[in-house]
Amino acid sequence: MFKILRQSIRTGVVTNSFPAVVTEPAEGFRGKPEIDFARCTGCDACADACPTDAITLAVVSHTERTLSLDLGHCIFCGECEAACPDGIRMTKEFQLATTDKSALLTRARYKLDEKGTFEVSGMISHTPSDNETLDEIGAKLKEKIRRLFGRSLHIREVDAGSCNGCEVEITALNNPIYDIERFGVHFVASPRHADMLVVTGPVTRNMELALRQTYEATPKPMLVVAVGACAIGGGVFGSSYASCGGVDTVVPVDVYIPGCPPRPEALLHGILVAVDRLPQRDTDQLRE
Amino acid sequence: MKKQEYIHLLRNALGEILTEELSAAPNELYLALKPKALSKLPDVCSLLTKSLRGQFVTIIANDEQSIRGLFSLYYIFSLPADDLFIILRVSVDAQHREVPSISSSIEAADWFEREMKDWFGIIAFPNIRKLAVHPDWPEEVYPMAKEFNPRQTIPRVKGTFDFRHVEGEGVFEIPVGPVHAGIIEPGHFRFSVAGEPIINLDAQLFYTHKGTEKIAEGLTPQRALWLAERISGDSTFAHALAFCHAIERICAREISARALVLRTTLLELERLYNHVSDIGSIFLDVGFSVGAAMAFQLKERFMQLNEMLTGSRLLRGMAAIGGLRRYPNKSQWNALHAELATGRVEFNSFIDLAMSASTAIDRLETTGVLSHKDAYRLGIVGIAGRASGIARDFRQDHPHCSYPHLQFKVAQHEEGDVLARMNVRIDEVRESFNILEQLHRQYDHGSIAATSEYREASGHALGYVEGWRGEIVHWIMLDEHGKIYRWKITDPSFHNWRALKVAVLNNIVPDFPVINKSFNLSYSGNDR
Repeated sequence: MFKILRQSIRTGVVTNSFPAVVTEPAEGFRGKPEIDFARCTGCDACADACPTDAITLAVVSHTERTLSLDLGHCIFCGECEAACPDGIRMTKEFQLATTDKSALLTRARYKLDEKGTFEVSGMISHTPSDNETLDEIGAKLKEKIRRLFGRSLHIREVDAGSCNGCEVEITALNNPIYDIERFGVHFVASPRHADMLVVTGPVTRNMELALRQTYEATPKPMLVVAVGACAIGGGVFGSSYASCGGVDTVVPVDVYIPGCPPRPEALLHGILVAVDRLPQRDTDQLRE
Repeated sequence: MKKQEYIHLLRNALGEILTEELSAAPNELYLALKPKALSKLPDVCSLLTKSLRGQFVTIIANDEQSIRGLFSLYYIFSLPADDLFIILRVSVDAQHREVPSISSSIEAADWFEREMKDWFGIIAFPNIRKLAVHPDWPEEVYPMAKEFNPRQTIPRVKGTFDFRHVEGEGVFEIPVGPVHAGIIEPGHFRFSVAGEPIINLDAQLFYTHKGTEKIAEGLTPQRALWLAERISGDSTFAHALAFCHAIERICAREISARALVLRTTLLELERLYNHVSDIGSIFLDVGFSVGAAMAFQLKERFMQLNEMLTGSRLLRGMAAIGGLRRYPNKSQWNALHAELATGRVEFNSFIDLAMSASTAIDRLETTGVLSHKDAYRLGIVGIAGRASGIARDFRQDHPHCSYPHLQFKVAQHEEGDVLARMNVRIDEVRESFNILEQLHRQYDHGSIAATSEYREASGHALGYVEGWRGEIVHWIMLDEHGKIYRWKITDPSFHNWRALKVAVLNNIVPDFPVINKSFNLSYSGNDR
């Protein structure tokens, strides 16, 4: 008993200071890949190396190509950097959560002429939704919900078929270093008690109904967060007889947290973005 | 004994019913059972396990209609005394897919037989209860048959789970899952209770089935490696390495000593953070929060060490066919060992403190007992086996990586309760520190790349490592273009789930979480 007390006092506070201070990841950590679009020669090496088609080179017409990077599909393996060390660099940026899935996509258009020159002709931003007004109403409502939940948030975690890598990192949020409870955020045992579902995995055929039922059992209004490449777009598993290929094919998703798996601070960032307590990554900056 | 002596022995005992077939790896002995001797299959398997003391490892079903016009089953047995695998190949007619069941004499084969019925339509009569497909999956659709296209959606049919019910006065059934109360993976459990004690547990798994083995078919090994890293996230490196090992054995590739040292280091680092995590989770489940907090702090430190060394907290992106994808520099290597030295001191003082907390330890003693007899009967492997007196560890039985050049003891306890499973982990963490210290001295500046060039090859071989949970065995067949033709993944969880069902009997429901945690089986590794 005294030994335990002494240990507790001796240990002191080990919790980190996120979000005031964001820990710098280690040297060699692979965060968001950055493509130097101007240097692209259209050789396809990066797209060929990418195991999840996060990078794709598409033929639009015989004089036009597009090169796209979708962070939602990225598993941060660094193969593209190895294939094209001059044009692609793995940065240490890991706070990539966003409420807007299309913000995860960067695309450049290229012109190709007879002489074989390959030049950027523009960056493409996502096409706005057809129904702006409905979107606006939805956005306002969400703002309200987020402010409401901002003070105290109850989360139910749903593993919809992940490899358990995301679970390893989500579990870490409860350890003394990340201590998610200091933000008033708790993991609860039942969807009936939850304001937010944190969903991992590509949603397997066998988890599809369970996820739907968990979604229906959660009192509305509520938020859904898709964690990891599998949950965003199927990841390495894609869609098949056994996998639906992403959470938003089954239930609506509010926030996407890229990573394979996202490290604990990326998860904290994403959850705080979801309840509007942190600004999300500047999407304009991404589209340049 | 040598391979030829085994063949001689088997021929003497059984007559001329086995023919030797080619094998790519020197410690694999392939023996084909003659089709007319199919009814002798259970006898051959019994002889291998009972008289030759072979340990059942796995069964691989393979649709070889395009190769030899039939299906094959490969029954794999490990003979640790000679670092040998005996692999019995049985031909199965494509029209009449039936073989006699071996699980009446080798119970460990039970789930393997049921899986091959669900995925290939091969019946091991009379073992036909559904396991790997859910009841809403249509009959006679076999996802692992070559004619099945994985990129399609199969409509659901009506059906209900076939649970074993216990009936009687005062017997209640408690359904749990697939979405659980904690942050764990999905599975559905049915407890039958009479008062407090559990009198039966049935489980429906395969909620996380992602078709990994199927979607890998036709991929290059380099591409399939990304799937291997994602079979079970907590065993990322071990699975990826078992995969590489199999490919390297098919291609007869030598691995540089330096890469072997680093591979072994990473295996031990994976063991370290998972064992510490499990010790913490066991304490958490009995309400000893100081112990849990200390363990999770240590785990976090080890995961940060992983990131420092490899750029990934889960050791992703490290394994590569023929060597490693990345190599730490000298300062990272030295920093690792300096951190490990302090981690060791902290771990020891943590264990001293935790073991003095008698209220927590009392909860673990005699809880969830898996007797030696049951563990042996069910073929339990890894930490769960070693906690019930089964000295089975591939690091010793089939030395791989740098293990032949290392001094270490295989942890073993006899009690089979939650405490024994925790003590095995504690012993193994201490042994890991010893191993890592020895590896530190073996560092050299040699090449990371394999000593021979990678060339495409066809053929088949086993790849194996002792992961932190137990033995991980992959069997891969490459086609004539060097692409994956068949990839069978055997995670230790697939062996051990049935142990949990036995260990919970006569325990109270509130103790289920801690018993479950003491096994800490991977749902994803099991379901793939």
